[in-house]
Formats: sequence, C-alpha cells, structure tokens
Amino acid sequence: MEPVKAALAVVVLLVLAGGDAAASGPPPPPGATACSGCHAATAGIVTPVPRLVGRKPADLVAALQDFKAGRRPATVMDRIAKGFSDAEIAAIAVWYGEQRPERRR
Amino acid sequence: MVDRREILKLAGAAALAAALPAPALAQSKGRGQVVVIGGGFAGASCARALKRFDPRLAVTLVEAERVFTACPFSNGVIVGLRSMADQRFGYQGLAQDGIALRFAAATAVDPQARRVTLADGGILGYDRLVVAPGIDLRWDALPGYTEEAAQRMPHAWKAGEQTLLLQRQLAAMEDGGVVVIAAPANPFRCPPGPYERASLIAWYLKTHKPRSKLLILDAKDAFSKQRLFQGAWTELYPDLIEWVPLSQGGKVTSVDAASLTLVTDFATHKAAVANVIPPQQAGRVAQRAGVADRSGWCPIEPVSFQSTLQPGIHVIGDAAIAGAMPKSAFAANAQAKACAAAIAGLLAGRPLEEPRLINTCYSLVAPDYGISIAGVYHPAGGQLIDVEGAGGISPLEAPRSVRQQEAQYADGWFKTITAEVFG
Repeated sequence: MEPVKAALAVVVLLVLAGGDAAASGPPPPPGATACSGCHAATAGIVTPVPRLVGRKPADLVAALQDFKAGRRPATVMDRIAKGFSDAEIAAIAVWYGEQRPERRR
Repeated sequence: MVDRREILKLAGAAALAAALPAPALAQSKGRGQVVVIGGGFAGASCARALKRFDPRLAVTLVEAERVFTACPFSNGVIVGLRSMADQRFGYQGLAQDGIALRFAAATAVDPQARRVTLADGGILGYDRLVVAPGIDLRWDALPGYTEEAAQRMPHAWKAGEQTLLLQRQLAAMEDGGVVVIAAPANPFRCPPGPYERASLIAWYLKTHKPRSKLLILDAKDAFSKQRLFQGAWTELYPDLIEWVPLSQGGKVTSVDAASLTLVTDFATHKAAVANVIPPQQAGRVAQRAGVADRSGWCPIEPVSFQSTLQPGIHVIGDAAIAGAMPKSAFAANAQAKACAAAIAGLLAGRPLEEPRLINTCYSLVAPDYGISIAGVYHPAGGQLIDVEGAGGISPLEAPRSVRQQEAQYADGWFKTITAEVFG
C-alpha cells in the first residue's frame, strides 16, 4: 500500500470510530419506535398482532394508507394511522424494512 | 479512488476531533454517562433504548427492587384470572444488554454537580439523568387514609402485596356484600384502570357471588372510555354496578378503616370490601431532584422530555406532565424511546427531531371482552397534544367478535411490551 493510502486508511478508521457511523444505524423516524409496544420487535413472542420488522416497505405503506383511509378492517390501527402524514408513513415503513428481529439470549 | 481534496477533508476532520475539548471528545468516543432512576416500563425501556441507539453510552439503571411487578393486567390477578407470577419480571435481560444495574434507592440528586447519591452510599456521576419513578400515593390527601388504613382498605394501585390483599378480601367476602371502589380525581395512573377493575370485579361477583353489589364512588364526572364501559355494564352486569359521579355526591371526603366506611358529602357507605384509590403524585425522587412542581408532577419540554425545572434531567412515564398523554405503561414505553433517541442525539451533538408518540390502552370488561382507547401525539406550544383527527375509542356498537379480538390484542400487547422492556 502506498504511504498516502495507508495514512488515509488510518484517518478514515479514526473518523469512523469517533463518528456517528459507529452507532447502530440512523435514528428511527418520528413515531417508529412507538409501534413496538404492540408489534413485537423481539423474536419468539406469540401474539395475533403482526410483526413489522423486516417487512417490505411498500406493503407497510399500503397497509397504513388503507387503515388511514378506512379501506381495511381494523380494531385500533384506523385510529392510529390517521395520526401520520404520507411522508411519516413512508419513513416509518422504510425504517422497519431495514430492521431485523432482536434475538434475546 | 480517493482524491487529494477528500484526503484533506478527512485529515481536517481528524484534526478537528483532536482539537475538541476533553468532555466533548470523551462523549464522542462513547463515554457519555446516562443514569436512569426507576426500573418500570418507562425507566427500563429507556435504558434499553439508549443502549440500542448508541451502544457506546455507559447506561446505569438505579432501582430499589430486584423484581418488577407490573400493574397492567393486575386487575386480572385480583379476580383470579391470572397468577401474580405472570406480573413479575427481573432485570437479567437488561444486564445482558450491557446496562449496569444498581439495586438501591436514590436518596439525593445534585443537578449542579450532576450526581446521584444512593442509599448504599454509592455516588453516580452523569451527563444526562432520566428520572422515571412512577407514582407515590398521597397519604396526606384523604382524611383517614393512611398507610396503616391501606392494610384494611387496599389501594392495589401499586402492584404487589396490595394486589394480593384485595384478591384475598374479595375471595373471603360473603355473597351479598357490597364492594366499594373510591376513584380519584385527575390526574392519576391508568385513567381507565378503576373502571376495568370495577368491570372485572363485577364479572367475578356475577360468576361467584351473584347477590353482591359494586359501588363506584367517583371524585369526577367523566372517565376514560366511559360510554364503552357503561354500555358493557348495562349489557353484562345489569343492576350490579352503580357509579356515583362527583356531581351526585360521589367524592369520598374521608374514610374509617376500622369500620370499613367511606364518607361523602351526602352519605356514609359501609363496605364489605373497600378499594380506595387515593390521589397520587410523582415518585419521591422527583421531589428530591427538584423536578416536581407544586402539583406534585413534573413539567417537561415535549421534544426531549427534559425537565423545565432542572437542566440535564429528563422525566418520563407516570411522573411526567405529558399533556394529552395518559399515565399508562404504553405511553411510558413510547416516551422512553423518544427520550432515549433525544438523549443519544444530544450527546452526539445532533439536532433533535420532533417526536410523534402513540398510546394504546386496552381494558377488559370481561375475560373475553376488550375495549381500547388510542391517541397520537406531537409537541405544540410546549406541550404534547393530540394529533387532530387521530385516536379515539373502540366503536360503541360492535359485534362480540370485535370485543373478543380486542381482548386477544390486549393479551398480545402485554406479552409484547413486557418482552421488549424486560425480556
């Protein structure tokens, strides 16, 4: 490796280690973390409430928009989806698409 | 390939990092110290979320009890539908997340020195402190209702021995007795809680002691999910439950534990079993930290949940004045995660985003009959307010299948949230 590149690699590592990149991903968008009160983010929970983590964002957006418009039967999600703008719904859907179920020891 | 300009930029960033003052550098390297006081739904959720959002944070949870006893669903224990063991949770999961646990009461907080003193003599320094003490019952608010009186007239509003005491009293009561519930004025922990309790006790009486009655003496004229509860009472427990609102003399003004009597402005009621839910305030560490105001609760700034009275201290859960958000486990958990995101952002020097919060509270009016209230909240004018057009209660007219489904969702909620917080 050329000296300049080696020095650069060290600098990059230092910056990455000290910067935000070391944290676990981008911060969740507004509203996203509240969902896991009901929608299990941990593996191994038996519940009739569907999981959101790892779902296709397009499917989540479609479901939330249908709840919001009253097109999909609901108990509580129709009331909750109405509290979110289209942009917020999209951001939450993308974030959940990137999450993976937490494995608890 | 990297060009010269990028090299210079990166080198500049490294030089800048080296030139930062020591505390900021320490924080950026992950030595931000966060202490969380209180290991309930708010505090335990916050500790875990802090570690998840920024694994470099040093997070310490301070909690006096080694086992947490959950209040939600404890009304089921009172009437024999659930076991107390189902309500109890340890902190092993938090320890495995790398959270330091200190099982001791916090006896003092010095907001200037940013230091917490523990009952075992330990001292913890912090960059950010989260105060999540839940509620204390006010023993000065209802004449005759002392800690000693609560051994005869249980509140059962902090789950544990009190829950079991009320359970035993109901089990021992003769058929034909009158159960009296005294419900407090707002604000208090779990707004639908007294009415869920009344419903499940009515179910128990109807099933096991059908000649008995239940009387609710209320210090207010309206309550959460009122029309749903009252509709269900008419349907399921006709003539069993009587609700006396404030305007009809429902407010209990004094009690006498020895004779099991409750006194209102209009009448004296003799109970076979008396459940007195007294007025409440933020847990006492909130007073010690100087974050409670004269109301006994803690005013906060709604984006970061930082106390408006003390910098560097955040208050979440039942102790906080969270505007339109009720004092519920769901709200505590949602606030905890929003607060953790804000603290991680503050310590990393990121601008804060306005949170959007959700609450969903289920109540059981019978084992297979659930109802809910939900809300979505955002900061506006220094408070958390309802997002207009969202939230509300279950439909007033609905087939029993919908009520059954909500009862199942309630059960799913408890399993899910307790796994997230303690699992």
